[in-house]
Amino acid sequence: MTTTADPPRSRKARRFNPDRDVEEWHGRYEPYDLIKEFLIALVVVVVLVVGLAAVFSSPDEKAVTLASWSRSDPVDFAQTAITELDGTSGTATYGPPYNSTSGSSQSIGPFSPESWVGVHIPIDTASTDVIGPLQTQRAPATQAALQSYQSASPAQQAQWLTAYEKAVADATAPGGTLRVPPGRYGPVGTMIGSLTAMAQSGALDTQLLSTHEFYGTDDTKPLLFVADGTYLADLAQNQHLSGDQWGMMNETGNYPGQAWLWLYTLWYQVPPMNSSSNGDLQVWAIMMVLTLGLALVPFIPGLRSIPRLSRVYRLIWRQHYRELAGGVRAVGAARGP
Amino acid sequence: MTTIADKPDAVIDLPEDAHQLTAKVRHAALDALPPGRLMPDRQPAYVASWIYVFGVVTVAALSVVIATGMVLAVFGPAWWHESPTGLFVNSLHLWSVEVFFFAMVVHLWGKFFMAAWRGRRRATWVTGVVSFVVSVGAAFTGYLSQQNFDSQWISTQAKDGINSTGAGAIFNVTNFGQMLMWHIVLLPLAVGVLVGGHILLVRRRGVVPPFAETAKKGRTDTAPADTAPPFEPVEAAPAGDRS
Repeated sequence: MTTTADPPRSRKARRFNPDRDVEEWHGRYEPYDLIKEFLIALVVVVVLVVGLAAVFSSPDEKAVTLASWSRSDPVDFAQTAITELDGTSGTATYGPPYNSTSGSSQSIGPFSPESWVGVHIPIDTASTDVIGPLQTQRAPATQAALQSYQSASPAQQAQWLTAYEKAVADATAPGGTLRVPPGRYGPVGTMIGSLTAMAQSGALDTQLLSTHEFYGTDDTKPLLFVADGTYLADLAQNQHLSGDQWGMMNETGNYPGQAWLWLYTLWYQVPPMNSSSNGDLQVWAIMMVLTLGLALVPFIPGLRSIPRLSRVYRLIWRQHYRELAGGVRAVGAARGP
Repeated sequence: MTTIADKPDAVIDLPEDAHQLTAKVRHAALDALPPGRLMPDRQPAYVASWIYVFGVVTVAALSVVIATGMVLAVFGPAWWHESPTGLFVNSLHLWSVEVFFFAMVVHLWGKFFMAAWRGRRRATWVTGVVSFVVSVGAAFTGYLSQQNFDSQWISTQAKDGINSTGAGAIFNVTNFGQMLMWHIVLLPLAVGVLVGGHILLVRRRGVVPPFAETAKKGRTDTAPADTAPPFEPVEAAPAGDRS
């Protein structure tokens, strides 16, 4: 009986390993039309896909814009905008690749690729999301407030920002118009009010998309701004898309989504990843190791024995083993391909 | 006037310049994959299970994914948001991706339980797994390129994982233009090359034979066989021929 084994590194005889080597097939061959099989599979898939598309279509929930957000929930918009201005928003404190906030990079012991790579998409939220857009506005009151804010000392700015953040927590929006309780927040009230009005008009979307050029294809800045608020997260929660809802593998509506991400999502549900500040890096590290392990199964003793030991293969080749058991193996009957 | 196209055998009859790189590559390709091995019309008798169907279903579904993706590319990324026809084509694209992954996962686990890497088929296994991983990336960038609420939410959540690895510096999931390019150019090209290479390896090495349960535990074999499974007609050798 011949075998197909790995070529030996020397002429020394090598032990047959059933998890690595095979005995070559000397049994019979049967007619098998590969092209016909492919064409039949193609027709079946096309019919199946057309049927699924006709019955279920595909989801297409409209994107959230700064305009739609600020119109639907101006209070959340204003509360988020002040955190962009005072540097306490999620994006402002994110760290690499957006900024160099100290201690924000994820790590596993000394392994911290995020901090090694550093800042590559620099975003200063105060100037990008608030001051820059307001500088494009011509309203005298807006320009005066901006002038007053920028010429104030850092300590004075901090006092105004703290006072506004406290006041805007109790803000209301009757009829969609932002109403912030009075306080000692100086020009900041006018600035955030103007920014809210600018967002509601749609001008802020345009401003953030086309900062550098007319044809904008990079949504990073408006997306990060929107994601800093609670409005987007609330919509996602309603669509069962949150992390604790296994949202990574879901899609809006009742569509199957990216079901193949189930294992990736699973790790976010279990300790310590579900509560660790380094959870993302931990999950990625686990998935990289598992993926590498899957690719290298043929080289890993023990792991590569699972198929033989599990004997699931007897289900797959049950006809072959049935023939072997019945002694009907047609030796030498084939003419070959 | 007779041209060479009218006499296709004329080229074959010309003397060969064996030293040429072209000739060497041609010989290597024919040695590795002679026509009878590349497109055989017979398979070993053990290739008789429904599990074998999922490999070809995966390729068929990938064909539909590519075809529908090309139609979407013709009309541009905004088309399917505005046109009922575009929405239908997008639905075809989505559902063919779902069928593709379903078939590919069944195929992968089927091959795992066959230990389909045996007999110098390890590269076939590795290219299959890498094809799966790259396909996940291709699908992911597709979800990011939808320009709707799904893509907004997925990108703003996925950025944390990708940024934590440091890759976010060059692979910015919130950059629609960049993700669209990866989705329609780079990753389909990678999937196409990997799947093509995977199929050629399957044809070169053949379909892995079943475990030989008659083999005695602890047996040994000398293993000089540096050959692929036979594609030429093989007369069955008596048991114990070389063992």
